[in-house]
Amino acid sequence: MERNGNLIVKIRGEIDHHSADRIRHSVESQFKSSGARNIVFDFARVSFMDSSGIGMVIGRYKELNKIGGRVFAINIGSELSRIFEISGLKKIIPCFASLDEIENS
Amino acid sequence: MFKNEMELKFAALSENQAFARVVAAAFATRLNPTVAEITEIKTAVSEAVTNAIIHGYDGLDGAAVIMRGYIKGREILIEIEDAGRGIEDIEQAREPLFTTKPDEERSGMGFTVMEEFMDSLEVESEPGRGTIVKMRKIIGG
Ligand SMILES: Nc1ncnc2c1ncn2[C@@H]1O[C@H](COP(=O)(O)OP(=O)(O)OP(=O)(O)O)[C@@H](O)[C@H]1O
Ligand SMILES: [Mg+2]
Repeated sequence: MERNGNLIVKIRGEIDHHSADRIRHSVESQFKSSGARNIVFDFARVSFMDSSGIGMVIGRYKELNKIGGRVFAINIGSELSRIFEISGLKKIIPCFASLDEIENS
Repeated sequence: MFKNEMELKFAALSENQAFARVVAAAFATRLNPTVAEITEIKTAVSEAVTNAIIHGYDGLDGAAVIMRGYIKGREILIEIEDAGRGIEDIEQAREPLFTTKPDEERSGMGFTVMEEFMDSLEVESEPGRGTIVKMRKIIGG
């Protein structure tokens, strides 16, 4: 889904090495065809994430950085919050409660 | 003191990562862990198993990972063992952001996550022989 230049990517399930490649390819192709400028990862339906998820998100951040786009995260639940902090992801990727909050910021 | 142990051997395939962490979490349930503690154990196991598969074996055919679990009192000890390439410099490998696979979008945070989520982490490794990661955690500590 694209809204105001933001591609909203709703990830479902568990993000580990096994699923990260599939998610990466899907995000890349959605981004190309959407014409969006930024990516917003929605983690509401993510029940598990390890460092493969960190790598996948930082990878998109680096790619968008080159073309002047940005990466945001929304709906990080209590389970994912620790890994976002430990990995330093929270300092690199602006995290918001909702899409509205990004658009109003 | 109450003691319990288990051992699981599985093919070094990424599709077995979820299986391994669910087994570790199920083994820990007799200690009545909180949801947060379960998440920590699952994440740490996922890191160690992923490392065994992608760094230890790097797609080697027929390779196996062994996971052992021990419970003593309120402590759980989990070991993840591979017979893969081993680690040259363990101290360097454990540093945050250090990775030998930067081109594959690895962040170099696996060992840091294991350290943060468990109470202690020991890494034994020999180049050409393999690696054992030992992680301990007191439940309800
Ligand atoms: N079982 C293993 N066998 C061989 N080398 C390993 C093993 N585990 C870790 N390493 C080495 O240690 C380095 C650091 O591991 P760590 O898990 O911290 O980061 P990573 O796996 O490279 O990235 P990330 O876990 O963030 O995806 C790896 O890049 C690899 O070189
Ligand atoms: Mg790793």
